[in-house]
Amino acid sequence: MAGPSIDALGQFSLTTGLGPIGRAINFTNSNEAMLAAAIIIAGLFALGLKARALVPGRMQALVEVLYEFVHNMCLDTIGEEGKRFFPLVFTIFSFILLGNLIGLFPYFFAFTSHIAVTLTLALFVFLFSTGVGFYTHGFGFLKFFVPEGVPGWLLPLLVPIEIISYLSRPVSLSVRLFANMTAGHVMWEVFAGFMLLLTAGFGVFGAIASVVPLGLNVALAALELLVAGLQAYVFAILTCLYLHDAVHMH
Amino acid sequence: MRRFSAALLLALAPSAALAEGTMPQMDFANPLTLDQVGWMAVILVVLYLLLSRWGLPQMGKVLENRAAVIARDLAAARAAKLEADRAVAQLTITLSTARANAQAEVAKAVADAKAEASARAIALNAELDAKLAESEAQIISARDAAMAAIKPVASEAAREMLIKLTGSVPAQEDLVRRVDDALAARKAA
Repeated sequence: MAGPSIDALGQFSLTTGLGPIGRAINFTNSNEAMLAAAIIIAGLFALGLKARALVPGRMQALVEVLYEFVHNMCLDTIGEEGKRFFPLVFTIFSFILLGNLIGLFPYFFAFTSHIAVTLTLALFVFLFSTGVGFYTHGFGFLKFFVPEGVPGWLLPLLVPIEIISYLSRPVSLSVRLFANMTAGHVMWEVFAGFMLLLTAGFGVFGAIASVVPLGLNVALAALELLVAGLQAYVFAILTCLYLHDAVHMH
Repeated sequence: MRRFSAALLLALAPSAALAEGTMPQMDFANPLTLDQVGWMAVILVVLYLLLSRWGLPQMGKVLENRAAVIARDLAAARAAKLEADRAVAQLTITLSTARANAQAEVAKAVADAKAEASARAIALNAELDAKLAESEAQIISARDAAMAAIKPVASEAAREMLIKLTGSVPAQEDLVRRVDDALAARKAA
């Protein structure tokens, strides 16, 4: 096949970043984006904490809004114990949010579109919250799988369902984020490639017609911005919910 | 037409690619797929330590400080308001006391003036009464003197008239008695 073609998945392929050093230590292009996200978060804090003003400036207000948003989410969802998990939830939320956002820019790698990344994060959350559950309640945490107020003869059916639903948490948590980010980026690439195909296939008429996929991409950009924020929020609030279950059992 | 179908075919390329299982995300044969996770762990641990030891506590301190300042200012404002209320109450009390004092003062001054005026009037009345009584006494004594003086004159006139009319000299005691009677009659009338 001659002419342009759509390579919607090429954007997800991993290479090594940071030049020869990265090649030597297998530091990938997705790690570059992670590093950028971490540096942006730390930089935001450095800028936001410069003035420490009573009446905050823009940067300070931005960091304060982020802080209070996650802080309230932790306290509202987990309860008083949420304070202990706040740094963890904040780290996860800000890392995913920045990862989603910088992935929207051309030439930036969207590391949250990699199932290995999201599954690792989700497994960490799953194992951590389970650990918190056993740490807080000992083996009493196993009662979490026994629903209250249910006739005894139903338990042999319900307990396995509860366990399966509990075990499926990391899967749904990771696939939700991975699928959302991947789908968005694939759609973008497809519509953008479609413009090239139209122009190559139908000349001037095709170039004019490619306004349609262009418009779709503009609309998609807005949607993806929403998805980027929303999915980071969903990941963080589910983390809080799992921690709530671990601390309070119900 | 052939080109159009080619374009259509290519537009469906992603689904075809997904079906073929060539998604880079699923390529676990590529060592980079799992290596990125290792580096992510390193980056996240550093980020977590940075945020939990420095960024978040510092920002928390800024917010706590603000909350403390706001609470302090509110408390100060509340105290100032209490102080103002107290001052207003004090002022009201002072004002009403002063008004009552002034009214008492005025009433006292008016009563004093009235008492003085009435005392003066009484004194004046007494003086005038005394003068009146004195004058009346003078008048009475003058009249009595006049009356006393009129008796010999009347007796003389009556004797002369009786001599001229009758030519006889009347008895002195009889004449005096008759004049006295006439004068008493006049006085009674």
